[in-house]
Amino acid sequence: MAEAPHTPHTTERAPARLSRRGFLASAAGLLGGTGLLALGARLPGAGRVPPAASAAAGGPHPYPPEAAPLGAPPGHTTAGHGLGTVGDVDVRRMGFDPSTYLTRFDWGRARPLGGGRALREFQLVAYDREIEIAPGVVFPAWTFNGTVPGPTLRAREGDRVRVKFINAGTHPHNIHFHGIHTARMDGVPGIGAGQLPPGQSTLYEFDAEPFGLHLYHCHALPLKRHIHKGLYGVFIIDPARGRPPARELVLVMNAFDTNFDGENEVYAVNTVAFHYMRHPIRVRRGELVRIYLVNFTEFDPINSFHIHANFFHVYRTGTRLRTDEFTDTIMLAQGERAILEVRFPYLGRYMFHAHVSEFTELGWMGFFEVTDDGV
Amino acid sequence: MASERASALPAARHRPGSARLWLLGLYPLFLIALLVLLVLRFGPLGVFEAAFPPVEDLTITRVRLTPGQFQVHVTNGGADPVTIAQVLVDEAYWEHTVTPGRTIPRLGSATITIPYPWVEGEAHEIVLVTATGLTFSHTVDVAALSPQPTRAFLVTFTLLGVYVGVLPVFLGVLWFPFLRALGRRWIHFFLALTAGLLVFLGVDALAEALEAAAALPTAYHGTALVAVGTLGTMMLLVAVGRLTARRGPRPLVVAYLIALGIGLHNLGEGLAIGAAFTLGEVALGAFLVIGFMLHNTTEGLGIVAPLARTPPGMGHLVLLGLVAGVPTILGVWLGGFTYSPVLAALFLALGAGAIFQVVYEIARLMASDAAEGLATALNAAGFVAGLVIMYVTGLLVAV
Repeated sequence: MAEAPHTPHTTERAPARLSRRGFLASAAGLLGGTGLLALGARLPGAGRVPPAASAAAGGPHPYPPEAAPLGAPPGHTTAGHGLGTVGDVDVRRMGFDPSTYLTRFDWGRARPLGGGRALREFQLVAYDREIEIAPGVVFPAWTFNGTVPGPTLRAREGDRVRVKFINAGTHPHNIHFHGIHTARMDGVPGIGAGQLPPGQSTLYEFDAEPFGLHLYHCHALPLKRHIHKGLYGVFIIDPARGRPPARELVLVMNAFDTNFDGENEVYAVNTVAFHYMRHPIRVRRGELVRIYLVNFTEFDPINSFHIHANFFHVYRTGTRLRTDEFTDTIMLAQGERAILEVRFPYLGRYMFHAHVSEFTELGWMGFFEVTDDGV
Repeated sequence: MASERASALPAARHRPGSARLWLLGLYPLFLIALLVLLVLRFGPLGVFEAAFPPVEDLTITRVRLTPGQFQVHVTNGGADPVTIAQVLVDEAYWEHTVTPGRTIPRLGSATITIPYPWVEGEAHEIVLVTATGLTFSHTVDVAALSPQPTRAFLVTFTLLGVYVGVLPVFLGVLWFPFLRALGRRWIHFFLALTAGLLVFLGVDALAEALEAAAALPTAYHGTALVAVGTLGTMMLLVAVGRLTARRGPRPLVVAYLIALGIGLHNLGEGLAIGAAFTLGEVALGAFLVIGFMLHNTTEGLGIVAPLARTPPGMGHLVLLGLVAGVPTILGVWLGGFTYSPVLAALFLALGAGAIFQVVYEIARLMASDAAEGLATALNAAGFVAGLVIMYVTGLLVAV
């Protein structure tokens, strides 16, 4: 589980352990405890509460924390409600904006096949790219088409899906789609195209079934590294007759192990820690909001999703049109996913986050902003 | 070659010879400077260029706790500049500011200020995340307000220094009349005992210095710093001893050297005391203070032992005690208010060097005074007794 972000560079406490000098403690005990010097009561720290601990009376919490520019002048504070990263991520430089990723669906190049079916051709290129996962924190990612997560591929139930995969990275990669298909198209080492060395390409082709919320990811070995480095994305298959119209949002719960110690230092939805705290997701009051929620967190067995002050219908894996559950918190294991449908009846800002407090404070939290126009 | 030429030309030896000598001595330096310029200008021809930047090496040297705030002092001991991108407190990203800037140059330092509602008496973990995603952590084991240089703390620290350093030393000095009444053999016994005490202190100081050095940023080469401090002090004091007493060691000079060595040792000790106080490393137990006083009282005995045959004035005795004891107070102040592992390692190393030099002086003093030589059974017993006394009283203060 993600405990403290441990590191091989952990520093010791500043002064080395005392041996002969450990007596100091005792000295303090003598001074303070026996009143020998009548100073004990005046020793700083004795029964005093740090003012900030009781500073909650300072007005409404200024969420999101004011985005301070990197290298902000000293003395910049936000009245003690300091949770969050400092600064903002340059989404342009990174070539990935979590705000636009939410609603960007790649339907591929479609050609009708008759009978309402279509052939959809996609292209995914794996290559290495540095991404910024928190302000100033650069992660050497392996990406599909330059972003983490890769593009959200979308098709209709029964469509023919053809994915051209090019490995332009520095390690062997491949793509494993979730869905029903032949073994040769499953994208695992040793079967079909297997692992593709850098510079090679292949085609994955299969029918889009079953409808639901699926995913794709690299299945080269070692698996953990290829996934947590960023080779994953969302694959949506719509039911043949579609779903009710709604504002559709893709939320991928992911995390990053920046120091490669097998534990995550940064948690997020859609890669950038606290992004939707600074840039809330805007929705219209009363409209149907459909959330495609996928858990791609590596290392931690589970992740969860919680919306404040609202309840949602759950369609686990999206493979049934009937709701499974009406709740405000849902837990997903690694690779699990669910479609959530919610209508926000009231205006205002509503927080959403993992109901794993640790993940929340390490970046996995955001806001929905409910307005009358939804823009 | 140069000397051959010089001796072959005795008339021209002085002026052209010395210019030539300078040239011979300096031209390798010119070549080195040239080489440095070439490498800086054209690079190392790609041979040493790695594909990835060197591993970053930040050291958190000190964390100060003020009301609702952490102040983290950090030093970059690595080869390249390091940029602090984010800060975690207790596994949560937290707001902070960095002065003078987020990018810390090689051997540079920065202060990170984190407003945080820390909880008195509990542990907090601070993690710095660099731009490359590496993390450097520091645990505040027991959160407590760091001492401010207020009057109350100044008085507390001063009294701490007096208890630990000044009083025990003066108590030891009170053995002076007793020593004066002894015969030469027994004075030598106590001199040997002093040497034993000092060897123990020297080894202790050296070990502490190396321990403090281990906490330094790697670029400071802590162990080498300790070696330079120890050996440099020894050599310096040997030279000083020769200048002041050309015809054999004078007891009063030896006494002052002992006081100086013990004073430096106590300064380093005070630094660690103040720092531990600041860190809240408080394990209660009043008997430890008493144990420490017993332990340090022997330092006073060591100072006056060389003077038994040639009694100085009262003024000298007081001054000797002050030289040995007062640095403790200074050390506690420094350690309490601005602990620096560099200073701690350095002062402890200086103390170790001074103490070992003093042992050498004591041996010379005894040798010049003794007809039967140093290696008597009584002297050996005294030396061992000194070590044992320190060890046993040291048990009282080991935590």
